[in-house]
Order: sequence, then C-alpha cells, then structure tokens
Amino acid sequence: MSASEIDRQWTTRLRKGLAHHLPAEKLLPDTQPSYVSSWIYVFGVATLASMIVVIGTGCILAIMGPQWWHQSSVGHYVNSLHLWSVEVFFFSMVVHLWGKFFMAAWRGKRQLVWITGVVTFLASVTTAFTGYVSQTNFDSQWISTQAKDGINATGAGAFFNVLNTGQMLMWHILLLPLAAVVLTVLHVLLVRYRGVVPPFELTATDEVHAS
Amino acid sequence: MTRRFRPDVDAPIYKGRYYPYDILKEGTIALVVVSLLVVVCATLFGSPDEPAVTLKQWSTAQPLDFASTALAELDGSSGVAGYGPPYNHNADGQQIGPLTLAKWMGVHIPVNAAEDFVLLPLTTLPDEPTLSAGLQEWAAASDAQRTTWLNAYAKGTMTFSAGVIYDTATGDGPVGLFITDLTSMARTGALDADLIAGRGYYTTDYTKPLLFLADGQWFGQLATAQHLGGEQWGMMNEEGNYPGQAWLWLYTMWYQVPPYNSSWSANADAMVWATMMVLTAILALLPFIPGLRSVPRWTRVYRLIWREHYRDEAQRNAAVKDPPSA
Repeated sequence: MSASEIDRQWTTRLRKGLAHHLPAEKLLPDTQPSYVSSWIYVFGVATLASMIVVIGTGCILAIMGPQWWHQSSVGHYVNSLHLWSVEVFFFSMVVHLWGKFFMAAWRGKRQLVWITGVVTFLASVTTAFTGYVSQTNFDSQWISTQAKDGINATGAGAFFNVLNTGQMLMWHILLLPLAAVVLTVLHVLLVRYRGVVPPFELTATDEVHAS
Repeated sequence: MTRRFRPDVDAPIYKGRYYPYDILKEGTIALVVVSLLVVVCATLFGSPDEPAVTLKQWSTAQPLDFASTALAELDGSSGVAGYGPPYNHNADGQQIGPLTLAKWMGVHIPVNAAEDFVLLPLTTLPDEPTLSAGLQEWAAASDAQRTTWLNAYAKGTMTFSAGVIYDTATGDGPVGLFITDLTSMARTGALDADLIAGRGYYTTDYTKPLLFLADGQWFGQLATAQHLGGEQWGMMNEEGNYPGQAWLWLYTMWYQVPPYNSSWSANADAMVWATMMVLTAILALLPFIPGLRSVPRWTRVYRLIWREHYRDEAQRNAAVKDPPSA
C-alpha cells in the first residue's frame, strides 16, 4: 500500500484532522486568556459537574430498580440527591445560557457552539420530563395525564406515549441521557476548538467612560 | 479586499495576557462543591413521594363520581371517548390553523372507552349470571336501543348506599346493572388489576387506567389540592413546596394568558406547542437573526461580566498614553 493510499484512509484522515484541529494543548489547556476570570464561567463548569452527579445518582437508582426508592429510606435519599442535582443542573445551565447570550458567545464562528448548547438544553428538558413521568407515584400520574394533551396535539403522541411508563423510563434512562451526553461532549469539544469568545472591543466612547 | 468587521458576528483577535489555568483542578473543585450542595439540599429538603392513586381509592372515596364517569365512558360523552387521535376516530384532535397533526399521524393507541373501561372488565367477573345476561342483551341491542337505555338511566337519580350504587331510573335495560357492578368491582381493586394486566401478566403500560382516572373529577381535585391544577401553572409544579420543573415556566405560562386560555382554548395545546417551537427555533438560530443578535451589545451587560478585563484594558491604555516619567 502506497503512502498516498494510506493518507486517503478514513482512519488516517480522522487522526490527522483531530491532531490538527484539537491538539492536546487545546483539549487540556494550562493557560487561559485573562478575560476568563468572570464569575459567569463558573456556571458552565457547574453544569458539567452537576450533570455528573445527576448521572451518578441516576445509575444507583437504575441498579436498584424503579420501585426501590418508594420502599427504602436509602433509596428515597438517593432519589432526593437525584432530584436536587437536577435542580442544580438546570439552574447552572440556565445561568450559563443567559451568560453566553449577553456575551454574544456565537461571535467568531462559534454559531455551532451556541446551537449545540441550545439543543443540549432541549434534550435535558425532555430527559427531566421523562423522569418526572417515570416516578411511579401521584406526581407522575398527574404530570403524564396533563402532558399527554400537548404531545398528542403535535402528533408525536402516536409514538411517544407519556402514559406508557415503561416507554418513558427507557427514554429517561437510555435514549435521552445518551443524546444529552453526546451533545454535551460535542459542545465542549467545539468550545475547546474555537476557544472562549473574547470580549467585545471597547469603542472610543467606552474608553472615555472607563478611564 | 478585507471584509467589514461585524461586532455581533465577528470576534476580535485577543492579543492580551494569558494566565495559568488548571482546568482539571477547577473541574474537580466544581464537582466537590456541587456534590456538597446537592447533599445539603437532599438532607434538608428530601424529595416528595405521594403514592400513586388507584381506581379502588377513587371508587371508595367518591363512588358517585366514579359511577358518573363510568356512565360517561359507556355513553361516549367522556373526555377519552370523544378524544380523537391517537386513541380513537371520534374527533379530529387539535389543530394549528389548517394543520391537523394528530389526525395525520392517526390512531396508534386504540382506546374504545365503553369496551375497554366498562364492558370488557365486566366480562371478567366470575359467577354473575345476571350480569352475563345483561352483557348479552347489550351486545344484541341496536345502537338506538342502547341510546334509549342510556338516556333513561341518565334521567334517574344516582345514589350510593351500603357499598352499592342505586339509580331511580326505569327502562334503562342493563345499564344500571353495569354501573353498579363496575363500581363494586372497582371498590374491590379488581378493576385496577384488569386494566393494568389486561394486556398480559407483565406490563409497564398504564395508558388505560390513567385515561379512565383522568376522566373523573376526583383526580383533578386531588391535584388542585396539591396546587398542580392547570390554572395553577399545572405540571411545572410539584407536590408541596418543591421547585418542580421550573424550567417549563414559559411553556406553562401560555396556558394562563389570552388568547391561549380564551379564543384559542379549544386548540390551546397545539397553539402553545406551535408557539414554543417558533421561540425555540429563534433561540437556536439567534446568531443568524439581525437585530436580535445585537441585543447583547446594546444591553451592555457584557460590561458587567467582563468588568475586570475592561478595567485592566483601561489602565493599560492609560499607561500607554501617559507613560510614567523615567
């Protein structure tokens, strides 16, 4: 096999592309621009951290089964950890999203970073919703019977039946978390590839005010 | 030829200082802090777990409401009986202007309210010769005859005494027997078992019992008492004072305001979803929408976010303009 044939291989192209666009210094940087010192950056990291706690506590609930937390005080506590990690996750994510909005973080060819962030938010909302209707308690009974009308009105109810607890649980513990994690990885890789968006440049008027 | 710099699309090239930054250390600290916060919240506040309610509880707590709902399922006047797709063909479902999305998708979760909620469960009761005869009489009757019986039953007065439903109606054929026996069946828990396990021993699909439950008044009263009603910002709430799905506030808000809760109320769900889809598309495509993508620059909140950076820049610029004398 000639060198040019090797260069045309999918594997070779992928390896070279990754090495070119995402070298180790970009993936795991040890310096950051000085503007990355605002409190707002904490919320992106907090979103990732709380996502890890959400998945960890969810894994424990999955190992023990969907009824465990109704019957065991330990199970109920793990459910509480799962609930509050979800609340922290969404709080962090929403503040992160608003922060990125006010920073116009799509500037400098970062539009895809913004879009993957928004889609990740939507995937997360759907993941949480399927969790609420999979609780197998009064809350899940009420939320599912209320939500069915909205989803049925879109036509999606024909295949996404919120009253089918087994179907919702599968979406909640497999399909949607998988989507959310893949989107999050893609989002973070894009951030590493493009870098953190620089601040707006000061105008002459701004500089007068700042001095 | 160079392209004009667009401040809401392009980003300046940063030529300033870089600081040491340990991304793994920061991530680890964040994980520890978030974990502690979660542990504190879980320990202090716990999580709600109101047990699921059953048809047995409903028919025991409010037998008249249960019996009235059963009658509505039988005569086709209940919410589910006239729902339309994806449950049946008895309506077109909601629409967005000319778009009847539910109808286009069709009936994929077939529910025949009279058969599934009343007649089929009654056939499972053993050793009931009178009931069996009534079911045979119903099966052999014409639609007109059934309507006559149902109308006659509805004209009577329904009462509940000593664990049994009574009705003063005459000429109601087997309808009174059906309602009385179904209510008694529900009060033993047998109806729950039948509707849940109707498709086989193993099941995770609660569509039918939930639809039946949601057609009655009792279920909604329980939810309203827990401030979960539709006019109480509905499903984004959670029992007690727990925050629930607060991130659904915008979706839930539309149900509280005109025209969604007035002139559009017949298609409110479809219109709310259409609205949210448009808003979601705008949010996702914000970087490409002139005007909207300039809002961050106009509002100048970024000056607060990057205030340290701008202060350092200002000091550096001042030093360049007015260098300290040697």
